[in-house]
Amino acid sequence: MDSPAALAAENTRLTAAIGQLKFRDPALARRLAETIGRVTAEIGRSPVSVMHVCGSHEQAIARFGLRATFPKDLNVIMGPGCPVCITDMPEVDEGVALARQGLVVASYGDMLKVPGTRRSLADAQAEGARVEVVYSAAQAVELARRLPREQVVFFATGFETTAVATAAVLIADPPENFSVLSAHKYIPPVMEIVAEMPETRVEGFLAAGHAATITGWGIFEGFVERHGIPVVVAGFEPLDILAGLARLVELVRDRTPRIVNMFPRCVTKRGNLRAQEQLWRVFRPLGGRWRGIAHVPNGNLRLREEWAHRDARRRFPIDLTLLWDEEPAALAQECICGDIMSGIASPSDCSLFGKECVPDTPVGACMVSSEGTCKIWHQYGGLPDLRGAL
Amino acid sequence: MRALIEEIFVRDLPPLSVPGRGLEAMDDGAALWLGDRWLVVTTDSHVVQPIFFPGGDIGRLAVSGTVNDLAVMGATEVLGLTCAVVLEEGFPREELERIQASVRGACREASAPIVTGDTKVMGKGEIDGIVLTTAGVALTDRVVPDSGLAPGDRILVTGRIGEHGMAILSARHGLRLEGELLSDVAPINGLIRAALAAGGESVSAMKDPTRGGLASALHEMAGKSGVGILLDELAVPVSPAVRAASELVGVDPLVIANEGKAVIGVRPEAAERVLAALRSHPLGREAAVVGVCLAERPGNVILDTGFGRRLLAEPEGELLPRIC
Repeated sequence: MDSPAALAAENTRLTAAIGQLKFRDPALARRLAETIGRVTAEIGRSPVSVMHVCGSHEQAIARFGLRATFPKDLNVIMGPGCPVCITDMPEVDEGVALARQGLVVASYGDMLKVPGTRRSLADAQAEGARVEVVYSAAQAVELARRLPREQVVFFATGFETTAVATAAVLIADPPENFSVLSAHKYIPPVMEIVAEMPETRVEGFLAAGHAATITGWGIFEGFVERHGIPVVVAGFEPLDILAGLARLVELVRDRTPRIVNMFPRCVTKRGNLRAQEQLWRVFRPLGGRWRGIAHVPNGNLRLREEWAHRDARRRFPIDLTLLWDEEPAALAQECICGDIMSGIASPSDCSLFGKECVPDTPVGACMVSSEGTCKIWHQYGGLPDLRGAL
Repeated sequence: MRALIEEIFVRDLPPLSVPGRGLEAMDDGAALWLGDRWLVVTTDSHVVQPIFFPGGDIGRLAVSGTVNDLAVMGATEVLGLTCAVVLEEGFPREELERIQASVRGACREASAPIVTGDTKVMGKGEIDGIVLTTAGVALTDRVVPDSGLAPGDRILVTGRIGEHGMAILSARHGLRLEGELLSDVAPINGLIRAALAAGGESVSAMKDPTRGGLASALHEMAGKSGVGILLDELAVPVSPAVRAASELVGVDPLVIANEGKAVIGVRPEAAERVLAALRSHPLGREAAVVGVCLAERPGNVILDTGFGRRLLAEPEGELLPRIC
């Protein structure tokens, strides 16, 4: 299969497949945008606030400039959907401490600059600690195989989408010198928190298609019942997002709180049962803080007792006093990332935004990740209003 | 990089000895007024890993880079090039011969003679293989700056973008897509000559979109010209192979380097004429009108994605891989 000819043939097929993607039809996009505008006008209130809870949705909205097509009366709030941003300071501190204690810490690239209480992993790396960027959990296992004399800790972040990958490598029996520092988070519980925040007044949720691919859309049924808020599961192509939003504002208009799956090519009601089985075989939900948001009951994923021998928190003493000796950074006190991630403030409300806090030297987590609200605002010039003709 | 250059090199410059545009203009080259014509001068150091890449090598790159810098200043008849080589001790002789053959080939294509050179050898580990530095001089009656855009001007690109950078990226990271991804590295002074012959004074600005790609070039042109640019993303020519690879690795073709393309600003009435001239040249068959200059939002590049609009960001720094 790996012969050059076979690879070339596969490349050609892939190229053709991407060229023919039908999710990129501008004419259809315009019609969907018109529908969103018309239905929002029919609701007759301003603003109508809906929230997506996925950094990949914001990324696609920004990449394709979709905000310029949203009606003025529709407020599409970016919720706590950036996995990098909601990793809490003490969790980063644990990774930094392990790295400074001489272990090899492997993590996803956009975690490196996320500030801990005093230091980021990038700071620890600059001071000589061994911090390695990996693209996947499997690559972290590879690293452990290559370094049999070292202890390799995978600083595992992200939602259930990446947690499944972490579970899979643990089940596949990695080498003895591999362990996991889990900062994984679980999305459904935080939606409950945000739905109950009086400030947000969210009238509908756009749920993340990739997370729902694993959990199934059925997981939102109880949520819809409890809160009387509609949920639409949407994919990540521009047409997926526009179609999802069009359906969502229709549900808001018709006052019909129900769950609608607009990503049926990937998402089923029950989801990926094998992935769920692996996820819950390795992890258990535990309450914990999401940076800047709140204590989220069952919002953290921690390794189960049976996996204690892989759990960096139980295998190694993590000496946080090394870090606590130092004053927390003063600027961090002024950071309003939490309010921004909850959708009740904008980067322009922050006194640090674009001054002390810029992508090269971030104060808050929202300025670090390519999915972070502040980074996106900074990169795209503060979400300028480009609606209407030029 | 631009900030570094501005802070370190473009300060306390002695005055020019003749009238012209020097380093402070931060254009692709300098233009010095000789009394009846302009002398255009440029220099570039070339390092690339791998040295031999799909579609070219460092030798072809060194000649094309300098010839194209002169050409986008409006100077398409090259008087002469210089070529200085710094080698790492033990650099294979046969590779050097391959590189020199490729230098000669590119010079022939560009009708650009190498008139002087220099060779140095540094110790093992003191330099990464080979560094080629070329300089070029050419005469022209009219200099085309990168700052001459006016509202209403059309923006043309001379072909498919992103091919050089994506070929390098693919070769460097072993993406195994090399078969279809070839660098566009080529001297394009002949193509530019055809555009200037068709457009004359109506060609208002030119730039070669190398590092930072089309996005970087347009930002610089918009900023220096004091105009906004509305870029039509769906009109920008991109090959299926580059588009597929860019979707896979998550890098926008608009920020990927080109080594055989130019961005040309043209007054609206001459745009079709220049486009036809470009398309009738072998290196310009895929040329397209991709944007228009605006009086609004000077310095900004607004991207019309076909689905909506956003400001196109100026590429910065090294990109770290994303989590998902």
